[in-house]
Parts: sequence; structure tokens; C-alpha cells
Amino acid sequence: MPTSDNAFRTALALIMSMDSALLSIVILSLQVSLIAVFVASLLALPLGAALALWRFPGRNGVIIALNALMGLPPVVAGLCVYLLLSRAGPLGEWGLLFTPTAMVIAQVILVLPIIAALTRQQIEALHAEYAEQLNSLGLSRSRMIPTLLWDARFALMTVILAGFGRASAEVGAVMIVGGNIDGVTRVMTTSIVLETSKGNLPMALGLGIILLALVTMINAIAHIIGETAKRRLG
Amino acid sequence: MKKATAFITLGALGLTFSGSLMAADDYITLASTTSTENSGLFDAIIPTFTEETGIEVRVVAVGTGQAFEIGRRGDADSLLVHDTAGEEQFVADGYATERLNVMYNDFVIVGPSDDPAGISDSESVTDAMQRIAESASPFASRGDDSGTNRAELRLWEDAGVTPKGEWYRELGSGMGPTLNTAAGMDAYTFTDRATWVAFENPQDLTLLFEGDEALFNQYGSLLLSEERHPDLKHDLAAQWHEWLVSEEGQQAIADFEVDGQQLFFPNAE
Amino acid sequence: MNVHHTPPVAALELDSVGFIHRGHTLLKPTSLRLTGCQRTLIMGPNGAGKSLLMRLAHGLLTPTSGTVRWQGAPPAQAMVFQRPVLLRRSALDNLTYVLAIHKTARQRRKAQAMSALEKFGLAHLAKRPARVLSGGEQQRLALARAWLLNPQVLFLDEPTSALDPAAIKAVEDAVLEFHHSGTRIVMTTHDLHQARRLANDVLFLHNGELLEHTPVDEFFTTPSSPEAGAFIRGELVW
Repeated sequence: MPTSDNAFRTALALIMSMDSALLSIVILSLQVSLIAVFVASLLALPLGAALALWRFPGRNGVIIALNALMGLPPVVAGLCVYLLLSRAGPLGEWGLLFTPTAMVIAQVILVLPIIAALTRQQIEALHAEYAEQLNSLGLSRSRMIPTLLWDARFALMTVILAGFGRASAEVGAVMIVGGNIDGVTRVMTTSIVLETSKGNLPMALGLGIILLALVTMINAIAHIIGETAKRRLG
Repeated sequence: MKKATAFITLGALGLTFSGSLMAADDYITLASTTSTENSGLFDAIIPTFTEETGIEVRVVAVGTGQAFEIGRRGDADSLLVHDTAGEEQFVADGYATERLNVMYNDFVIVGPSDDPAGISDSESVTDAMQRIAESASPFASRGDDSGTNRAELRLWEDAGVTPKGEWYRELGSGMGPTLNTAAGMDAYTFTDRATWVAFENPQDLTLLFEGDEALFNQYGSLLLSEERHPDLKHDLAAQWHEWLVSEEGQQAIADFEVDGQQLFFPNAE
Repeated sequence: MNVHHTPPVAALELDSVGFIHRGHTLLKPTSLRLTGCQRTLIMGPNGAGKSLLMRLAHGLLTPTSGTVRWQGAPPAQAMVFQRPVLLRRSALDNLTYVLAIHKTARQRRKAQAMSALEKFGLAHLAKRPARVLSGGEQQRLALARAWLLNPQVLFLDEPTSALDPAAIKAVEDAVLEFHHSGTRIVMTTHDLHQARRLANDVLFLHNGELLEHTPVDEFFTTPSSPEAGAFIRGELVW
């Protein structure tokens, strides 16, 4: 059994060596997850806000579906994207299977429900506070969306980070649609699976430590930016 | 803060673009098995091929069952798998036009070093498997329709054993995870030699049975049908297919060693 | 900006306006008419329906019976709430925000917002986050925001109930300033002294029922309902 001490030493050695293969894996992991979170946010923030503001038949169904999709198993998302992008699938002509783009698409599907559902909650709470004032100012509901999103920005930052956490941690979807191709679609999590399957547990754990450190760093940066801005804006 | 976010995002987008631009156009996607990938064979032979032809080979390592499915859907340009019966069926079904023997290695049975079923002195693999079943010693099976799994199931049949019961554990995992699990539960398991030799977490597992001709594990390369999937990179895939059985390709396979041990034996006709 | 409104402010008519919520009658059918550039104070004990009446008049709520009607085009309106709802941005940005909504040209927004801040004594706080301002400053910022809307009718819902005397004075001065520039004032309060200082006429509500609509002097000297009398004598708890 690898001791955790062993794994830490492996992680340290990996970082010290600045191995170019490792570096490209780290960069690809960050690219895929950050782009996926960015795209998902573009769609999910307005969607969540709209769900908070509009009442329409079937609204509860949509909310329940979004909440349920927060628990969508990554493998299922991966499988759906696989069937979609496969040559034999409807979007096969695009030739996107086993590319980083396919991984981004799969992660967008995983992250979007989380951001949309949590945004809906945040915006609904803020809207309860703002509604009378904004109505008094004569705002239409669609004009309220950017106002509410901007004023909820600190809470939404946490929401987006939750989405990033899901994207950077998942392996099931990127494994299926990316194929874990060395130098092309291999990311941190699929490398960890590969090393585990080789029985190279210290290496797998070492990569895990690096991934955790990276995610911690990004969360710390976001937290510091958020806290500073919050202190400035009250 | 808005600026910072925009900056990070643009940076990330830019990197992706440069990343995809860097990738060579001349590449094929090869669906192959975890045993070849995990043992490190591809890391050893593909650079030689790429150097000679300028063609990059991107390996998607999956179970043989999934590799066939990827091939049927046209999601890979070439297949290198180890299930001769399945491969012949694949050709018969019209998904591939040609199947060639490339190399073989062999399967072995590993298990806890105290060998509770006493298989180490078995006369044949069927004998060994009968002993495991009779003593109801824990046995970890891949259970994932991979080439290894299919070979294992054929051998149970030959041994006249229906693998069922508390002792027989279908894991539904790749070779590596199955070895990890077998090591954890002190179970016997059926593995290809290459993965076993390269495996780094054996714990109390040890090689207990090997050498029966029935454990022969043949790998074949499939040339996919141009008729069925005209969009694939058939020209490049054909070069790979032919290189594997060429003198250089066969030599590269023979030269691959782990811990001074040759793992794959070229046998192209 | 804020020129005198020479045309008379449209009259507001409430015709048998009632409001029932979950089976409870919160406002009995009420008819009234507000005209000219008056300072109307809505008075009554807590729970009398003052805020409700004001929200119905401003259009934030829809009556469950009766109609709210403006004679002619509905005039520009603004409302100041008991607890100001300020956006999570700087004081200045809170003001440029409403100018943006009302399609003021981008290059004119900042100057207009600054002059409103100056008018309400907040210029030195322009860059401060609105939500860290004191209660009095926040309410003045809400008034500055209303000022930029150039309203013909200004609704105020207990705007001074949480403020200290100096801040109350500032808000009352602002109310008179609005009135002076031709804005009709409709304001709720439970402060008798404030009503004496600010009102032209008084609406007195009790238990969801409008009992009086009289000029301020008459209300304080000869209230026509026993409830109003008790209220003036401080016998009705609010």
C-alpha cells in the first residue's frame, strides 16, 4: 500500500520536475473546466434568473428537473454526448468526438443545472428584497435580470465555483467523450484513473494532490477577490 | 473583478485555440485495449511509427467490446484488439475489410500467494479453474465484455464450470481496477501477462498458473471498411495497419520490454 | 432638470377600492380623490392599512375590487420606502442606474447624479457603497434617486420611522423641496407632530377603513370620528 507520505513525495517530485507532459495535462484540465464553466454560466445565469422571475405553467417541473439534474451522473452525461457526437450520431459530421471540445460540451451539461438551479434560488431571494423598489422604478422583468445578477454577484461567484468544482472533479464524462488520449484529451482526473488502473497508486494520489492544490488555489483567488470587493461595496 | 474574469476567460480560450492549432492534421484515432495501453507498449512503438510516417496515433484505450462498438459507429480509424472470434465476426459483418495477426502474449492466473485452491501445480488451465470453482475460492472477473473477459468465459466453458456463486465476483471493470480489487480481496483473477508485469500494486498477489497453450492471447489489427464509413482516414489507417505487420513494426514490438521481460511476441504471417 | 410642473398634476381617483388577502379584508371598499399639488398624509394606527392604500395608489398592488384611475395620462411617480432598498453599488452608481433606466444619455448621467447628491448633501459620499451609509444617509439617497425621476407624485411610506431627529429634519426638508418644485406628496406616518408640520390634508384609516379625509386643521381640532379623536389624544396604540 502506498503511504500518503509516499504520495506527497511523488506529488512534490512531480511539481519539482516541471514535467512538460504533466504541465500540458494540468493546462488542458484547467482550460476544459474553465471554458465549460464560462459557457455554462453564460447560459445558466440568465436562465436561473428568468426562472426566479417568471411564473408559468410547468415552472415547478423545470425547477425540479434542474435540481434533479444537479445529480446527473457524469457517465450518463458523457454517454449522451458520446452518442450525439459519434460519427453515427446526429452531430457526427462535426468530428468532435475525442477532442477537448467534446469534453467541454459534456462538462457544460454537467455544470449548467447546478449554476441555473442555485442562481434561481439566489435571485429569488434577492428579488423578494428588491421587487417593490424595482417595480416602483417601472422596470420590466427582463430588465431586472441584469440588475439582480449584478447585485447578487458575490453569492453567484460561489455558485459558479460550485460548478467549477463539479467540472474539475468529474472523470466519467471526459473519459468517455475525450478518450483519455495521451497529449490530446488526457486531463488530471483521467490520468488519475489511468495510474490507478496501472496500480501506480502513489502517482495517482500524487496527481490527486496536485489537482486538489490547483482547485484550492482557484477557490482562494476567487474568495480573495470576492471578499475584497465585498468589503469595498458593503 | 470583471476585468480579471474576462482576462482569465480570454486567456483560457486563447490557450485552447493555440492547443488545437498545435495538433497535427495527420493523425489517426486508434481504438485499442487497456492491456496494450497500460503495459506501455504504445508509448514504445508509436513514436517509431510517427517518426517514419509523420502520422500521429491517438490511442483510445477501452475494453475490446467497447472498441468494437467504437469501430462500428465509425468513431476510430483503426482497431487493435484481442478477440479473434469477435474480430472475424466484425469482418463478416462488413465493418472491416481485413484482419491481420499482429502479435500475441498470454494470459496468466494470479492469486493470493498461499494459493488456497492449490492451482500452482495444475496440469492445465481448465484443471486450475475447476480447482478454484470446487474450493469456491474468491475469483475476480472483469465482467466487462473485454477480450480478456471473453477469453476467461470461454475457458470456464471448456472447464465445464458455470461461474456462479458467492465466490465468483463480476467487477465490470478494466484490467487494472480488477487487479487492484483482486489484490484487495485476496481473490484469484485472470489477466493478460503484459498488464500483470507492468502492474505496480500486486500486494499479496502472485503469478500462480501460466504456460498452457489455451492461454494464448492473439492480437489482431482491423482495417475498417471504407464503404461503411467513407469519412474516416483510411489512407493513414492503412499505413498503420501495414506498418504493424511490417518488419520494422514487428521488430519494434519485439523490442518492447518491461523489467527486462518481453511482453508481446510478434507473429504476423 | 426638475422644472416646475406648470400643467396641473393629474387627479387620482380610487373608486370602491378594496383588498382581500386569503380571506382577510385588509382594506374595505374605499373611494377618494386626490387633486392638485397637495401634501396628503395618511395616518392611523399600525395595521390600519396605510401602506396598503399607498401601494394600491402607486400601482404596486392590484386591488381585489374597485379601480384606481388617473384622470388623464398617469403622471411620473416615485416611491420612497420605510427601509430604503438600495442596490449593492456605490451611492453614485445607485443614481446613474435610474438615469440609465430612464434612458438619459450616457454622458449626462454622472453630472445629473452628482448634482442630485449635492442637493441632498451626499456629494462627499458618492463613491461609498450605498449599503454602508447610515440610515439617514440611505434615506436621503433614496430621496435623491426619487428626485432624478422628476416625479409629479411622490409616495413616501413611513420614511422617517427609523431615523434620529436630525435625519428626520433632513427628510422633511427634502419633502418640502419636492413639494416646492410642484410634486404632489402622499406620505404615511404615525407621528402626529410630523403630520402637523407637513400635511395639507389628512387621510385617517382605522382597521382597513377610511374614516376621514379632511384638511389638517380640521382633523386636529374637530375630528369627525371617535377613533380619530382617540388617536389624536394618544389613546390608540400604534
